[in-house]
Amino acid sequence: MTTKLTEIRAEFEARLAALSDLDALEQVRIAFLGKKGSVTELLKDLKNVSGEEKRVLGQEINLLKRECEERIAATVQDLKAKELERMVNSAESYDITLPADLSTGSYHPITMVRKELVQIFASMGFIVEDYFEVTDDYHCFEALNIPKNHPARDMQDTFYLDNGQLLKTHTSAAQNAIMRKYGAPVRAIFPGRCFRNESIDACHENTFFQMEGIMIDENISISNLIYFMKTMLSEVFRKDIKVRLRPGFFPFVEPGFELDISCLICGGDGCPSCKNSGWLELCPCGMIHPNVLTAGGIDTDKYTGFAFGLGLTRLAMMKYGIKDIRDLNSGSLKTLTQFHK
Amino acid sequence: MLVSMNWIKEYVDLSGLDCEALIHQFTLSTAEVEDIIYKGRDLSGVIVARIVSVENHPNSKKLHLLKIDTGSDIRDCVCGAPNVREGMTVAFATAGGSVGGMEIRTAMVGGYESQGMCCSEAELGISADHSGLMELPDDLTLGTDIKTLFAIEDTIFEVDNKSLTNRPDLWGHYGIAREFAALTGRALKPVDVADCSAYKDLPAVAIESKEDELLYRYTSVKLANIKTKVSPINMRIRLFYCGVRAINLLTDLTNYIMLELGQPMHAFDLRRVSSVCVRRFADPFEFQTLDGTMRAIDQNTLMICTGDTPVAIAGVMGGLDSEIEDDTDSCLIESANFDGVSVRKTSSRLGLRTDASMRYEKVLDPELTIVAAARFIKLATEIDSGVEVISSVTDCYVRHYDKITIDFDKAFVDRYTGIDLPVSRIENTLTALGFGVRCDGVNFSVDVPSWRATKDVTIRADIIEEITRIYGYDNFTIETTESALSPVRPSVAASDEDEIKTLLVERFGLHEIHSYLWCDAKKWKEMGIAIEDNVRIVNSINPEQVCLRNSMIPTLLASVNDNKLYAPEFGIFEIAKVIDGLKADGTCNERKRLGIALFSRTTSEKALFFRLRDTLAALSRSLRHEIFVFASGEVTHAWQHPKNTASVSFGGAELGFMSTLHPLNLNKIDKKAAIVFAEIDLDTLSELDGKEIAYNAPSKFPGIDIDLTFAVGKDVPYATLESAWKSLDCEFLAEVGLVGIYEEEAQNSVTVRFTFVSDEKTLSRAEVTPFVDQIIAAIAEKGISVKQ
Repeated sequence: MTTKLTEIRAEFEARLAALSDLDALEQVRIAFLGKKGSVTELLKDLKNVSGEEKRVLGQEINLLKRECEERIAATVQDLKAKELERMVNSAESYDITLPADLSTGSYHPITMVRKELVQIFASMGFIVEDYFEVTDDYHCFEALNIPKNHPARDMQDTFYLDNGQLLKTHTSAAQNAIMRKYGAPVRAIFPGRCFRNESIDACHENTFFQMEGIMIDENISISNLIYFMKTMLSEVFRKDIKVRLRPGFFPFVEPGFELDISCLICGGDGCPSCKNSGWLELCPCGMIHPNVLTAGGIDTDKYTGFAFGLGLTRLAMMKYGIKDIRDLNSGSLKTLTQFHK
Repeated sequence: MLVSMNWIKEYVDLSGLDCEALIHQFTLSTAEVEDIIYKGRDLSGVIVARIVSVENHPNSKKLHLLKIDTGSDIRDCVCGAPNVREGMTVAFATAGGSVGGMEIRTAMVGGYESQGMCCSEAELGISADHSGLMELPDDLTLGTDIKTLFAIEDTIFEVDNKSLTNRPDLWGHYGIAREFAALTGRALKPVDVADCSAYKDLPAVAIESKEDELLYRYTSVKLANIKTKVSPINMRIRLFYCGVRAINLLTDLTNYIMLELGQPMHAFDLRRVSSVCVRRFADPFEFQTLDGTMRAIDQNTLMICTGDTPVAIAGVMGGLDSEIEDDTDSCLIESANFDGVSVRKTSSRLGLRTDASMRYEKVLDPELTIVAAARFIKLATEIDSGVEVISSVTDCYVRHYDKITIDFDKAFVDRYTGIDLPVSRIENTLTALGFGVRCDGVNFSVDVPSWRATKDVTIRADIIEEITRIYGYDNFTIETTESALSPVRPSVAASDEDEIKTLLVERFGLHEIHSYLWCDAKKWKEMGIAIEDNVRIVNSINPEQVCLRNSMIPTLLASVNDNKLYAPEFGIFEIAKVIDGLKADGTCNERKRLGIALFSRTTSEKALFFRLRDTLAALSRSLRHEIFVFASGEVTHAWQHPKNTASVSFGGAELGFMSTLHPLNLNKIDKKAAIVFAEIDLDTLSELDGKEIAYNAPSKFPGIDIDLTFAVGKDVPYATLESAWKSLDCEFLAEVGLVGIYEEEAQNSVTVRFTFVSDEKTLSRAEVTPFVDQIIAAIAEKGISVKQ
């Protein structure tokens, strides 16, 4: 029986050495340790042996059984490791340097600039209002202290409609409605599309975007206006901007100003973009004319306010270096697909 | 407008001050200066000299050989000017000097040495005349530098006319000098004028006004015995530097005074015009202005007449027949003030904008007419001592402006400016600008000067501007407000718009475009799209772009058409306005709409259609946690496909449509492509509430899936099936999903999965069977049978 035991051990080792997968290993396990396996059979045969021999043999067979079990467990580990290694080695290595797929959509540049401005102004407590594109003579002119026969109406080449209305020529047209809606105090911005009846070229569009802002409260002063404009514009351009005010004539403000900012290209030293002046004319602003406040139902003895108008289209062109204003309304995907978040 | 600093300095002493810094200050306090031009700096070494002999050049028909007496020696000069003459006094540029920035050197000209150059006025830079040499008066000392004799050196600055629209007082040098006086704190000198009372006993000029509404004032005087024809050199230089061509003394004087005081003037030949009538004519006629052009005069045009003969278009231009001629020696001077609007309208109707009309448009101070007339007499008699005034200075003052007095206190100024300006500063500034100021230390009462009272300064806020601009905005201390801040929540419409854009771009890969509010007849035609009747622009300069759009789709399709070679597949969208006809009150029904268009040459129309439908459904779920209702819809536009137009609604309200493109239009754009589009009314959507997220804790027990396959007729929409189980109250039915549709010849096999779940137990098949039977029965009622 001892001989048989030696034979079984040798055979087990031989079969173990020959196998290469878990299925074969299982076959080996069944052949030796299964219910009818040769090691199990040996244990069964032990009943035919007795006494001291039975004890010794029993120990040896159990030792063999344990050895087989351990060897099988180790082989399982080994085979699993080899399988993983094979999977790793056979895997495809990906070329990370292949071009990235960036086929997302795109925003219109006006949307991007507008969104940024809205966030800045909202953070400073400004309500964001929407306003019509079609309005009337009263809101576009009359309520803004631009009476009939005023030269400012000549300056604005207005699209008039056959129902007597008109396309708004500036976002200031919303001032009256906003004052009427909110009363005072109020701080609001109103971005919107404006229209001028003029020929189109690289610098002129008949359809463009502006953003108007107003702030009305007790004791709003010129000093506040300059502070707000400087703070807002520094946020817009993300750097400390120097501003300068010059007298400017707009019927709906008094005093009215042209606001210049230090040239973004040269920082104020003078360059071709600022015609060597160091300044860029950026936005008209001023203290809201008492007639405009009155038209908006606001008590001018109690309240004062300021208003400003930013050229959204112009800002977008400045920000992205767009040279031809016509690109914006062209609908050309070659142009517009370049604008992502 | 061009401004001469020499001229300014005649009225305010600016000695010791930096001229350039002052001009810069003018930009910041008054009006924008666009350019500074330094005159005469490129001219040196030019002296008074005399031509002592003239010989023909042997090798040239044009050139002459001159001997030039410079006062200290005789020099040779080769000269090509046609008007050379022995004894002529000329401006001679000596070698080593420069003319127009060009260095003058001794050089050989046609084989002869030339030691300098005789100059024309154009070469000296003092006029445009290059027809010959400038002839100088004979009494000048030879060898004198001409820059010491004439005001050739000057600093000219150009003010942006647009920034002067509200300042009638700044359309002459005197008004600008007043600004410099206020800015520097120096005194403004008075205008040197003749004493008109000296002529009060002379016969008056006959002036009649038939238009008291349009004429404010007409001042006139007659002068005779004018022998001098050419204006003094310095006056001509000044006119030239300020952009006006010198013509003859009388005309030059009117222009000179206009540039000086801002008051337009006109000199009529007294032989043609000896009395004045201001009127209009009922019947139209043609009138020849002094530029030689025939102008159509209508019933609105204000005319100056003598008797019944029209002689000038009031405030715009004089007539050719009464202009000053070579032999004119007496004249009638007009110094008048006309209604600004009337002049502007006439000038714009005639397309004739003159220096005079530009000024009248700004609404000039009527007080100026008499000053200008007195200044004319003063200058004319100074230049030509023989000139006689032969009438009284006749003044027909028809309409006066109201005198304006503005009261305010120091607290008002403090509140409006946000800074503490001393009372003395306020007083001094206003006084320097010509306001009459009374102040008790706190309260001010100021009289607005006539030159600011025609429309410019009327209220307290105007006074603030005067004080602050002269103080300088750069000198302001700046402060934030004390206003309370409250939270700002974006409106539903604004957040919808934002979210739609983000989803369409980031998730669905669409591109946002902008298009126009109107239809483009040319582009529409290319696509076979007829423009639907809608509100029209009455004054469009482009006849192709007149009708406003009533839908986003044609503009998007035009963009698809423009971009069809951009990529085999792309999608675009725009959120913008359309005008959906008129509302009951006659105003435009302006709506904010989302338009989407998808184009593909690689995806089938059907797949594209469902992609768009799913895009809208996803939008709807993101915005409102509820899905839009899609149903087969009616065609409302000819470009929609009759079979595949769907209505989109939400909460019972119609939102818009989606559709495939009609083959007629598709064939014009790209017959091999598929195009689908949708339009959603965002104004309607923004008024509709959605659902909140309704959270259900998932059951701990597994559910049972029952798949049923129905035999469905090809024309029966899925919604019919859906309506069957939606009408049932099936306990445990948690979810229904479409597994697939298998198209067969006669009908379709539609497999639907019903998932039953209980929160309390694991359901057995037997427990759900009654519900399954209910479903089958409900569907059978719709005439649809279940397949085994």
